[in-house]
Amino acid sequence: MSHHIDTPTAIEDGHLNPDALPTARAAAGTVDPMIEIRALTKRYGATTAVSDLTFTVQPGTVTGFLGPNGAGKSTTMRMILGLDEPTSGSVLVNGRPPRAHAAPLREIGGMLDPRAVHPSRSAYHHLLALAQTSGIPRSRVDEVIDAVGLHAVAGRRAGKFSLGMSQRLGIAAALLGDPATVVLDEPVNGLDVEGIRWIRALLHDLAAQGKTVFVSSHLMSEIAQTATHLIVIGQGRLIADTSVAEFIASAAPTAARVRVRSSHQDALARLLRSPEVTVEAADDGALLVSGLPAGHVGAAAGAAGITVLELATEQASLEDAFVDLTHDAVEFRATPRPPAGLSLEETK
Amino acid sequence: MTTWTHDQARVPATVPAYSQPQRVTQARVLRSEWTKLRTQPSAGWALLSAAVLIIGFGILYSLLREARPPHGATAAGAFDPAAVSLSGVQLAQIAAGVLGVLLITSEYASGLIRASFAAVPRRLPVLWGKAAVLAAATVAVCLPAAVAAFLAGQSILGRQHLAVSLSQPGVARAVLGSALYLAVAGLLGLGLGALLRSTAGGISALFGLLFAVQIAAGFLPGNWSGEVGKFLPATAGQAVTTVHPDPAVSLAPWTGFGMFCLYAAAVLGLAAMRMRRGDA
Repeated sequence: MSHHIDTPTAIEDGHLNPDALPTARAAAGTVDPMIEIRALTKRYGATTAVSDLTFTVQPGTVTGFLGPNGAGKSTTMRMILGLDEPTSGSVLVNGRPPRAHAAPLREIGGMLDPRAVHPSRSAYHHLLALAQTSGIPRSRVDEVIDAVGLHAVAGRRAGKFSLGMSQRLGIAAALLGDPATVVLDEPVNGLDVEGIRWIRALLHDLAAQGKTVFVSSHLMSEIAQTATHLIVIGQGRLIADTSVAEFIASAAPTAARVRVRSSHQDALARLLRSPEVTVEAADDGALLVSGLPAGHVGAAAGAAGITVLELATEQASLEDAFVDLTHDAVEFRATPRPPAGLSLEETK
Repeated sequence: MTTWTHDQARVPATVPAYSQPQRVTQARVLRSEWTKLRTQPSAGWALLSAAVLIIGFGILYSLLREARPPHGATAAGAFDPAAVSLSGVQLAQIAAGVLGVLLITSEYASGLIRASFAAVPRRLPVLWGKAAVLAAATVAVCLPAAVAAFLAGQSILGRQHLAVSLSQPGVARAVLGSALYLAVAGLLGLGLGALLRSTAGGISALFGLLFAVQIAAGFLPGNWSGEVGKFLPATAGQAVTTVHPDPAVSLAPWTGFGMFCLYAAAVLGLAAMRMRRGDA
């Protein structure tokens, strides 16, 4: 069985025809590689790490998995890899529970913690031991080592690797069996610019081969440059399941704010406020004006004889949009509960 | 470092396809565990120190008994020359047991166990694979060491005409039994490590089972001490390392060894139950 786009129906005029893919795969009797998560819940004692999560990760595209630290991303990924047992709900990888695959390295490749190696074992032997469990030969180990650029250091102790080298080793381990589904936890953490570019290109290449690629990050800007689709979670719950483009578009209207400091802040605030315009005070005493361009704010101040000391347009970043989104979700959840319940819930 | 940085810039961001058949089998996991064992320097050191302790302590104690031979008929009758030359096994069991613990707890400590279980989702083949390579490597190193310790010890004791030969009843069995005892001590450590998932916890539990319960049994009144004591792990297991076990305080050689194997099997069984289900 091959998960690659190698059927003639999937290629038309030398170009990939995505519509033909499912048909081709169905005809070949294979299951589409994908991750299907249904009502997934994971509790550790009194702490709920993941709560009633439902989403599907589709093949042929890079899906970002976004959430603040402690949101439950790693827990979810451990359950996708069959390492943690769900408290309730289900995970299917390529149509089967993750632990039911006879050739696991062909079905799902994962990297959770790039530092999870025996520190005094060489990178080569680390990969060889993993490969041997599925009968993958040394030639494939060499091939993967070359592909991730670790050829020169393969004989060195993996414990001495820099974080960037460890990430590459982790990715090599994930791709040993040429898996249909790839799950990587924070793969760009600690990488230099060159490494980040390489991983982005690699992820796109994997997706273009028709694989399901699921990549977590706690940085929105990172995901926006890597992923096409987006799963956002906060406090173990699903917040958004959307395309990155839609997410950015929905965040855009509220994005621009004008920051202004003047000789008479209170007077200026009264002057500017209207049903369409909101004015807030920033921590440092500046006013944050939404709904008016900077030019209008300056003109209004000038007309009223107020001296403008500072005037700038602030473009709310994707990061802000993400923080707003997760913040709203937390507030939305917190409203019907007494404050004590919330603080308990947040203790992780 | 410079070479590597240079390398990475040229690496095209793709990994070649691989379409050969794959399947996890116990034999393949066994091979993988053998690769892990032979490329984990601490395992080599532990086995080397076991061999050094068997031979070195055996020679030292033989020299001591050569200098201070048994006096009187009773003492001479109770003197066990094979046991003297194999006394290093008492120390080597620490090295063998700790190796067993470390073989699995090092994977839990580093997080490598997750990669191992992702590659072998049924998980238990990993435990059985580790058990098999541990037992085989321990016997492979400790049997020659025990033979060497025996031969060296007997040549020393022979100068006082105290030596026995391998062909005498029970002697070859005691030498072989010493290596087998160490292998099972390693398996006991492996089981405890897998059960407790902590190096400190595993080693403590191992010392408790091998030494502390024996000491505690010594406090029992009268012949209770011997009757209970002979069923305890180390006493039972060491019956096979003794040429003429005393029936008052020891089981028959292979019965005792079987008992010791049961302890190891029980601990491994509990570890397997914990490993198979739940979180890695």
